[in-house]
Amino acid sequence: MTPDTISARITDYANRADPYPLYAELRKTPVLREDDGTYLVSTYYEVRNLANDPRLSNDTRNRPSGYSRTADAEDTGLPPSFIFTDPPVHDRLRETINRPFGPPHSPRFLDGLRGELAKVVTELLDAFEGKDQVDIVEDFAYPLPVTAICKVLGVPREDEPRFHGWADALASSLDPQAGEEGQEKAQRARQELGAYLSDLIETKRRRPGPGILSTLAPDMTPADLEATAVLLLVAGHETTVNAITNTTLTLLRHPDVLDRFQKDPDLAVPLIEEVLRYEPPVQFVPWTTALADIDVAGTTIPKGSPVWLMLAAANRDPKRFMDPDRFDPHRKDNEHLGFYTGIHYCFGAPLARIELHLAVPELFRRVTFSRLLEDPPPYRANAVLRGPRHLPVAIEGLTA
Amino acid sequence: MSADTDVEALRRQGRIVVVGASLAGLRAAETLREKGFTGSLTMIGDEPYEPYDRPPLSKQALLGRARPEDTALPRRRDIDAEWRLGVAAEGLDRDARQVRLANGDTVPYDRLLITTGTRARPWFHPEEAALDGVFVLRTRDDCARLHRKLTGGVSRVLVIGAGFTGSEVASVCRELGLEVTVVERGPAPLVGALGGVIGAVADRLQRKKGVDLRCGISVTALEGDDVGRLRRAHLSDGSAVDVEVAIVSLGAMRNTEWLAGSGVAAGARGIACDAGCRAFDVNGIVTDDIYAAGDVARSPHPLFDYQFLALEHWGNAVEQAEIAAHNMICSSPERRPHLWLPMFWSSQFGVNIKSVGVPSLGDQLVVTQGTLAEDRFVAVYGYRGRVIAAAAFDGAKWMGFYEQQIAAGAPFPPEYGTVDRRTGTLQAVDPGFPDPHLPTHGPTVTLTGHSPSERRVEFVPSHA
Repeated sequence: MTPDTISARITDYANRADPYPLYAELRKTPVLREDDGTYLVSTYYEVRNLANDPRLSNDTRNRPSGYSRTADAEDTGLPPSFIFTDPPVHDRLRETINRPFGPPHSPRFLDGLRGELAKVVTELLDAFEGKDQVDIVEDFAYPLPVTAICKVLGVPREDEPRFHGWADALASSLDPQAGEEGQEKAQRARQELGAYLSDLIETKRRRPGPGILSTLAPDMTPADLEATAVLLLVAGHETTVNAITNTTLTLLRHPDVLDRFQKDPDLAVPLIEEVLRYEPPVQFVPWTTALADIDVAGTTIPKGSPVWLMLAAANRDPKRFMDPDRFDPHRKDNEHLGFYTGIHYCFGAPLARIELHLAVPELFRRVTFSRLLEDPPPYRANAVLRGPRHLPVAIEGLTA
Repeated sequence: MSADTDVEALRRQGRIVVVGASLAGLRAAETLREKGFTGSLTMIGDEPYEPYDRPPLSKQALLGRARPEDTALPRRRDIDAEWRLGVAAEGLDRDARQVRLANGDTVPYDRLLITTGTRARPWFHPEEAALDGVFVLRTRDDCARLHRKLTGGVSRVLVIGAGFTGSEVASVCRELGLEVTVVERGPAPLVGALGGVIGAVADRLQRKKGVDLRCGISVTALEGDDVGRLRRAHLSDGSAVDVEVAIVSLGAMRNTEWLAGSGVAAGARGIACDAGCRAFDVNGIVTDDIYAAGDVARSPHPLFDYQFLALEHWGNAVEQAEIAAHNMICSSPERRPHLWLPMFWSSQFGVNIKSVGVPSLGDQLVVTQGTLAEDRFVAVYGYRGRVIAAAAFDGAKWMGFYEQQIAAGAPFPPEYGTVDRRTGTLQAVDPGFPDPHLPTHGPTVTLTGHSPSERRVEFVPSHA
């Protein structure tokens, strides 16, 4: 990648706080070819259709040599996690994991976590008492999803300091700018996190406890389960954190909407969906590969090409959404791509929605905000999993 | 007064009558109000219930996971209509612009929308059909009665016809732990809709789940006891099955008889209408005040050589109703065509089946993803070298892609590589549709020819 290409500008940290003008520029060329043969697709219908196109692979092992792959595609002693596989492997793994996670077999599993997670929200907010400033990320948005994913998997919450670094390294490696060094770091992290989870799974095989790792242990090979556990633990880390933080930031930037929301808590449902459109926590998917020549909007993406699907750009495509740069919680027909679409539609979406619906209304019900202390706030380095690293805010009070 | 002024007056104070108070009727009514129609709206339905949803009736509701009375369709908005429920429309007087009801009332209209749908084809022998234990499954009441019967301690159930409804019912029976015999005249289940190649997969699936499946034969008689309860079914191979319950699943008949003599081009294959849902009269002249939508309608489709296409699909009912409603209160340049691509789904024996396009038109078939052996695949149907349909077992998410292939008239067989493609070369085979001259319950999507009035020359062989 030469430094002045549009993908380089998108990954450039200088544009992290507001990449949307770049996305608008990108949409002028719905299918853009970079000099290295990577194709960026940025308009809504094209992104959506490609995400549902069986000629597009999520397995980076299908890329010709010379193109970046994911840590999952390299030999880490673990098979790729299901997000980086295609059917039939993908379908088999996803279906197995879905059994304890959701309907039809476990319709009440996620719902059953609500009580515990609501308690976590309450405790986190109680700790705001007496403070006149908080960091939404550290003090609220990060602890909740981590607790949630630990409960789902049955991983001890107190081990979080151990796996935090590994999860971080793996999440960072999704960013195309991570480079070779980042990929090597991610491979090491995958092995180490895998080893940690492998021990845990082994313990659970002998003595099953709560969480889906215990339920799945008899149904999956140790390697598949380990790879899956690594994926879910990492995915549970930075995505929902960013979603909660982005929602907070967006609301504080739109006092009129916040005012309406506080008068009408039912607005939470469309409001949260609108944030997922407007500031999606996964900005783009840079790991797909064309398995055949694919004609998209008059351009042929040749077989073997890496393809980036620009979800955040598609979410603001004026051909699909009226007045797309406006944050409008009353938006109708909001079929955003915040959770992607097709067979790789976010596995954790139902859990993420539960967390958002527990966290956001309660945060704005109890906390009286005065202002953002930094706008824009400092962002994480990651261009793919985009979100503030910190969100310092001044608060005026806390109600019970 | 120009035509457009008429439209304005119609929108403000016209009288619109919808005959058929089900999915299509309700969605049309909602669309009319959504688009600013403020005149009077009358909904006529022969059942006593407000519009309800049918797909659950052969699945969750029959299984007992939902109550049939809880399948009322969610309302998108208030429609402020006068409801005439529990009374069927019996006639149409186009000169007087009135619908005549079974109770003798007449309802005048400025615009009429016909969404009378279909009904289950009854058992051919009326006395046998009246036996206690013989059911059809179409309405909410049918479902409630059948569910009561199935959970009331029966030992063996007979399903007559292995189309989609029959197969879904058989699946529910197995899930309820009942012994099931399925008798299908064709060579395999689902053969009318998807052909014999895919039918063979359904066949294997049913047997694997413990269905006593008998294909290539038919039920010749249902036998009752002294007090009129079903006891036994006689089959064309000379055998008999002792059963207390028989579910007749022989497809649907279109509710058009009430239009006889009205001059509307209505017949056994539906009401012919143009792409904008306006009904034709018997002379092939389009009317401007009578519209049709849903299962009862058939309209020309450009993807199928402008042959009339009749569809018994949920999604079609919704979209066609919306388009009909829009066109009813618009001036002609604003009217929109109904060019829906056929699409339907089914859930049976733990598998989700989805189909797009018109499979029964296919002359060739290839499996592009997965394999038939694993009961998880996408099969693509070709017609004269282009993609005409696709069907998936547990692969519904890919159907959007194949829909585009069909709409684009993509070449067949498809040569490109895909995820989950197991073979290097795609071998096209005959999809195995039965001879169309043989009687069957038929597919739920049918091309019904080019003629709106169906006044055809019939070939009568001369006897020597």
